Amino acid sequence: MLKLKDIHAYYGQAHILADVSLEVNAGEVVVLLGRNGAGKSTTMKSIIGLVKPAKGEVTFQGARIEQMAPYKIARLGLGYVPEERRIFTELTVLENLEVGRQAPRAGVPTWDWDKIARLFPNLGEMPQRPGGRMSGGEQQMLTIARTLMGNPACILLDEPSEGVAPVIVDQMAAAILELKSQGVAILLSEQNLHFAAEVADRAYIIEKGRIRFSGTMAELEADAEAQQQYLAV
Amino acid sequence: MSVDALLVQFLNGLAGASTLFLLAVGLSLIFGVTRIVNFAHGSFYMLGIYIAYSLTARIGGSVLGFWGSVVLAALAVGLLGVIVECLLLRRIYRAPELFQLLATFALVLIARDAALAIWGPEDLLGPRAPGLKGAVEILGRQFPQYDLALIFIGPAVLGALWWMLTRTRFGVLIRAATEDREMVGALGVNQAWLFTAVFGLGTLLAGLGGALQGPREPANLGLDLMGIGDAFVVVVVGGMGSIPGAFLAALIIAEIKALCIAIGTVHVFGFDFSFSKLTLVVEFLVMAVVLIWKPLGLLGKPSAASRNSSAVEAPLAPPDKAAKIFGYAVLVLLLLLPVVGQMFPYAVVLMIDILVAVLFAASLHFIMGPGGMHSFGHAAYFGLGAYGAGLLMKQFSMPMEAALGLGPLLAAAGALLFGWFCVRLSGVYLAMLTLAFAQIVWSIAFQWDEVTGGSNGIIGLWPAEWLNQKAAYYYLTLALTVGGVLFLWRVLLAPFGYALRAGRDSPLRADAIGINVFNYQWMAFVLAGTVCGVAGSLFAFSKGTIAPDVIHVGRSIDGLVMVLLGGVQTLAGPVVGAALFTWLQDAVAREFQYWRAALGVAILLLVMVFPLGVAGSVKRLLRRREVAA
Amino acid sequence: MSLLEVNGLTKAFGGVRAVSEVGFTVEAGEILALIGPNGAGKSTCFNMLNGQLRPDSGSIKLGGVSTIGLKPRRVWRMGVGRTFQITATFGSMTVRENVQMALLSHRGRLKNLWVRAREQYVAEADALLARVGMREQAERPCSVLAYGDLKRLELAVALANAPKLLLMDEPTAGMAPKERIELMALTADIVKSDSIGVLFTEHDMDVVFRHASRMIVLNRGQLIAGGVPAEVRANPEVQRIYLGSRH
Repeated sequence: MLKLKDIHAYYGQAHILADVSLEVNAGEVVVLLGRNGAGKSTTMKSIIGLVKPAKGEVTFQGARIEQMAPYKIARLGLGYVPEERRIFTELTVLENLEVGRQAPRAGVPTWDWDKIARLFPNLGEMPQRPGGRMSGGEQQMLTIARTLMGNPACILLDEPSEGVAPVIVDQMAAAILELKSQGVAILLSEQNLHFAAEVADRAYIIEKGRIRFSGTMAELEADAEAQQQYLAV
Repeated sequence: MSVDALLVQFLNGLAGASTLFLLAVGLSLIFGVTRIVNFAHGSFYMLGIYIAYSLTARIGGSVLGFWGSVVLAALAVGLLGVIVECLLLRRIYRAPELFQLLATFALVLIARDAALAIWGPEDLLGPRAPGLKGAVEILGRQFPQYDLALIFIGPAVLGALWWMLTRTRFGVLIRAATEDREMVGALGVNQAWLFTAVFGLGTLLAGLGGALQGPREPANLGLDLMGIGDAFVVVVVGGMGSIPGAFLAALIIAEIKALCIAIGTVHVFGFDFSFSKLTLVVEFLVMAVVLIWKPLGLLGKPSAASRNSSAVEAPLAPPDKAAKIFGYAVLVLLLLLPVVGQMFPYAVVLMIDILVAVLFAASLHFIMGPGGMHSFGHAAYFGLGAYGAGLLMKQFSMPMEAALGLGPLLAAAGALLFGWFCVRLSGVYLAMLTLAFAQIVWSIAFQWDEVTGGSNGIIGLWPAEWLNQKAAYYYLTLALTVGGVLFLWRVLLAPFGYALRAGRDSPLRADAIGINVFNYQWMAFVLAGTVCGVAGSLFAFSKGTIAPDVIHVGRSIDGLVMVLLGGVQTLAGPVVGAALFTWLQDAVAREFQYWRAALGVAILLLVMVFPLGVAGSVKRLLRRREVAA
Repeated sequence: MSLLEVNGLTKAFGGVRAVSEVGFTVEAGEILALIGPNGAGKSTCFNMLNGQLRPDSGSIKLGGVSTIGLKPRRVWRMGVGRTFQITATFGSMTVRENVQMALLSHRGRLKNLWVRAREQYVAEADALLARVGMREQAERPCSVLAYGDLKRLELAVALANAPKLLLMDEPTAGMAPKERIELMALTADIVKSDSIGVLFTEHDMDVVFRHASRMIVLNRGQLIAGGVPAEVRANPEVQRIYLGSRH
């Protein structure tokens, strides 16, 4: 479904990503683990086009996308949920969802307000609430819901558990598993190994812009050395 | 004054409010979404009047023809906006805010000369609207039918915009992009077209405002700067990006203006005070009051931090050996100039202009760069310095040396007073308040005939005898300029300068380690104002005459262009920029009728080629070499 | 007398009580954790303690002296250091210069127009940097630092005026697990050696349970629990609204 091959990315002169390759298959939840500054967010941004890779290939459902504008990539059915949430605070919940809305796509689940309200009952109770007057947890749900309105085949979730209460982290995990059961592929970036273990099938570890580990979640959990070395657990 | 007269003036105010609203609303819309402060907005307004003039001259005889011309003119201006957006602005959305400003200012210059080339320098008054040529009688007074129509057009446009923003998908996208345009793109919206559409709509509204103004006001080449001034005031008073705010602000300003006219001249304590004269500055007074009371305008909301602020500044270091040697070499050349340059007496004259400009730009850079306060009204302190020296000499019969020494104190006093208000604000709001104060100073110089000589200014300001030779005055200017610039640099490397930068980098952290940011910014404002006053005093005696145009907004903008040309992040930037700009202006203006347009094109090229300013780009190039070596 | 005594602290925004009748104490040499869901009022509480916000009612006493109505810069002069959730440093300066600024301010020498700022208090600045393990990076521009290093720099800056109380807003947010533990261990050492009191907010319960001497829990602006970590952890209400199933 989504494939990165030998991606290099720079911020100014700083070499942020070197030879990053990874793959997400249909219906799979894959986690990209690594500490802060390891290159997780940059990887996500180079997939969605917010950072242009200097070298390498990104393929999504057979199409080369590494030089495409973000909106074109999003229209292919690749959704992006940023780390800082970035909801539109002046817009109501419904208007936030409207910004993310795209036409239905063949072969992937189609989302509407009723379905969103079932997935996130909290949101269902506040259609007219402005984004700025929602709690942190509610905003986290809204940012995922907004991306779902684009009927994505695959979602990039950047650190959904960062900076939210543990009880919200539980809800995030439940939502991710629900999406998976509906057939949406997910690439997740995380620092939190416990959270990753709960939802992911496979894992990559990124460190200083390079992929250092790749394997199933079970393999990673058995590999104390990799955990120690790259995740500083 | 009767109730009837007051009512008619109230209606006049409503008509004026519609005009102001149409002029300003597009600017607010464009800023909200693209975060571009479009200095050329007044130029689009001006082009609206001119194009409507040409169209109505051909087809404006019938009702359909007249209104068709208005609509066509608006569409034409909108189309022009779309072209400008696609060709120019798209390339600079990621550039630092000030560079965008510089680029749109270049457009002002180009549009002005284009209008001059097409329509010529004379004022052109368009025909009146067929069917609305007459007047209606209201309470026994005549009120133009056309103005009555305008009263309804403004709110109608407001209503249509409101409907579009809240009820259509396009509107929701615009509001979303106002907050976070990058995210809108990542959600599958083609933001390039969204920006183009918004810019086109905004310029179309400016064009519409211009076209509708045709029957009331002659098209002329000064409408661009006048228009942008008014539009900025309305947008800032209403709150940047707020459309209802723009309407409210237009209404308040227009009504207060109308009220001033209605009151006319009053006698207080034996003095005649003319309120109608106040109309020249009333909008700036309103703005100053509103911004002091509500720093974000009437309906403004704090905007999210800009995601493309200027590049991170490298730590400031004292000049290294190479830089010092280079500096001394330049100084030696400057000292030798009058000796070598005897064959070209003009070189000394031009050099004095350049040195004055350097001191002016260096003082502006002091608050703009390290201080982070973008002043759009720095000419106020230049003018106060010039008028201070002139008045001391003429009104108080002081010797020239004393006038030169004490004149800048008037600038210092002005900076002390205005700075206290200005440093409470930040960003565009601060810029606009500095502009407002400069306009107020200008209008005092312009109107207070008995003291300032009004539009004629002060003449006969010649230097003392020992400075009478151009070369002698050159050395005086050189000494004061070099001394002033070195003093400002020293301060920037001292704890005071660091504290100033600390307040700019992170006001939160500065406050948390005991720094009273307000005080440092205020004192920096006064320091810069004083040094700028020295430049003004020097200017006065180098020209022998001063007139209100030393305080004109054009000079403030020249200062901005100099600083940005040189590069705001380097100490040498304003020096290089001022020299380059003054020389360029002098060289081009003598050779070429359309020098403004040429300057505009040059600025556009510079913005594209040197995004860090000339000195900044050279510095970066040198550093790259170092890294490579 | 406690180092910090807070009583009946209340703040409303537009009629909604963000913080309501909150009271607690911090003793010297103690690390107190303030936890709670996002939007519970933790940041509002912090901003009142360091003077960024003025409380509607209630009292804040530092060493017995009220700080109500004082600006952050005055509160700092009374000996309260602060680190921010999103690091706040001077990006156009070097690491050392950042610390020098705090030292210059502490000594009241910032108004000087003439001496070279970068030559002042170099040794003292370096000593503070050494304490947080940042001595080698003293000359680097602050803008190129890794996130964890920025957090440590903030700690050095906060220590520059020998504070009695440190307010740390999510000090370990965005750091790897090991870095988190290291930073808090460093803080704990300093707390012990200098006998400073610390109040911090945190979402990482590993950090909280390992380093906090006591903790208090805020929900919808109200204090709902307090005590030693084991007590709070066992509180069913805290588990329901905050900790969830995992802790």
